[in-house]
Amino acid sequence: MTVDGTGFRPLQPGTQPANDTPAYGSTRLRHPTRKPVRIPHSVTEATGPVLSPAHFPPMPDLSTVTGAPAMGERIIIRGRVMDEDGRPIPNTIVEIWQANAAGRYDHPGDTHDAPLDPHFHGEGRVFTDADGWYQFATIKPGAYPWGNHDNAWRPNHIHYSLFGTGFGQRLITQMYFPGDPLLPLDPIFLATPDAAARDRLIARFDLATTRPGWALGYRFDFVLRGRNATPMENR
Amino acid sequence: MAAPPLIATASQTIGPYWHLIEQPEMADLLRFGASGPAITVTGRITDGAGQPVTDAAVEIWQASPPVSDSFPAYGRCRTDADGRFSFRTLKPGPVPGLGNAQQAPHIAITILARGLLRGLTTRLYFRDEPLNDTDPVLSLIESPADRATLIAAPTGVDAWTLDIRLQGENETVFLDI
Repeated sequence: MTVDGTGFRPLQPGTQPANDTPAYGSTRLRHPTRKPVRIPHSVTEATGPVLSPAHFPPMPDLSTVTGAPAMGERIIIRGRVMDEDGRPIPNTIVEIWQANAAGRYDHPGDTHDAPLDPHFHGEGRVFTDADGWYQFATIKPGAYPWGNHDNAWRPNHIHYSLFGTGFGQRLITQMYFPGDPLLPLDPIFLATPDAAARDRLIARFDLATTRPGWALGYRFDFVLRGRNATPMENR
Repeated sequence: MAAPPLIATASQTIGPYWHLIEQPEMADLLRFGASGPAITVTGRITDGAGQPVTDAAVEIWQASPPVSDSFPAYGRCRTDADGRFSFRTLKPGPVPGLGNAQQAPHIAITILARGLLRGLTTRLYFRDEPLNDTDPVLSLIESPADRATLIAAPTGVDAWTLDIRLQGENETVFLDI
């Protein structure tokens, strides 16, 4: 754990979605109407939880959880977790969840008429190494319809949860796939105003990550907020 | 200030199916045998129509007591069909703020849910703590009614509750951290 009392820099304008995004219907009654109160960072924001492999055993292969392979196109995702200064974040947890190859979540709330796969659950968890690298294997998730608007479909995506080194770095995001024709139609993807920031949510095909004869590979990096250069307290 | 070499990854909603990574025991911060002043923290989350938010992930983090092998200082809890969450944890003490300021005992709370493209962060303070009057974060909130949206009420012995209203009347004050 980092306990240096140093806070995080503000996020860059336009690079994050707004909670008031009318095109995404679920935001309508859930977005606060008042501007949040900006607070200086203290030990509460500058430090954060440490989820360790001792309590959260890694689950790096979502494609084989019962001993039999899951249906679908097996893929490997590999990348780095860094901060905005390019410093790798070692030994940090990456939580993963996703739909199966048919576009169905193994979740009681998902009533989409697509088959469940008895050999796929869709939950994973890995830790970065000393240089911030992570890797896991899974199957490519399918697209699925949702009730947001007429004929709405979510693009193929994988969900992630990261903690970094302080509560102010907490990140929940979704990773998309290159060339997906649903991306320009998806209000969740489009909610981020900055086009370059949106594009950074799209993994890129990476031949070097491919395991010949077994799975294609994709590269996806995470960037968490950078720390202020100077300590904010008790100088 | 020069732009940073990299820019933080955009947030996206946790969606309705995050329970695939849920572990119910994470709502019990005492499960690793922590000793100290145990408390229960509960609350209910409602939306702009006053309806319960039934699919949220509520996270808590506290800098006091410090994280240790027996105390994760972090918990996660799903809201139930009535929008309620419940944690068991240790009562925090004061922690340092900027300069020489002491912060009143508090717990950071983040709400993640379908319909929230970014998590909402607030704090839970405890009613009748003397340091509340001089707390540097509470002092940034001018109206007493707004400050009250961050202050949990006792509901019994070592039990505290704080309701969170995402939108509308008595909307919770959220913090830009």
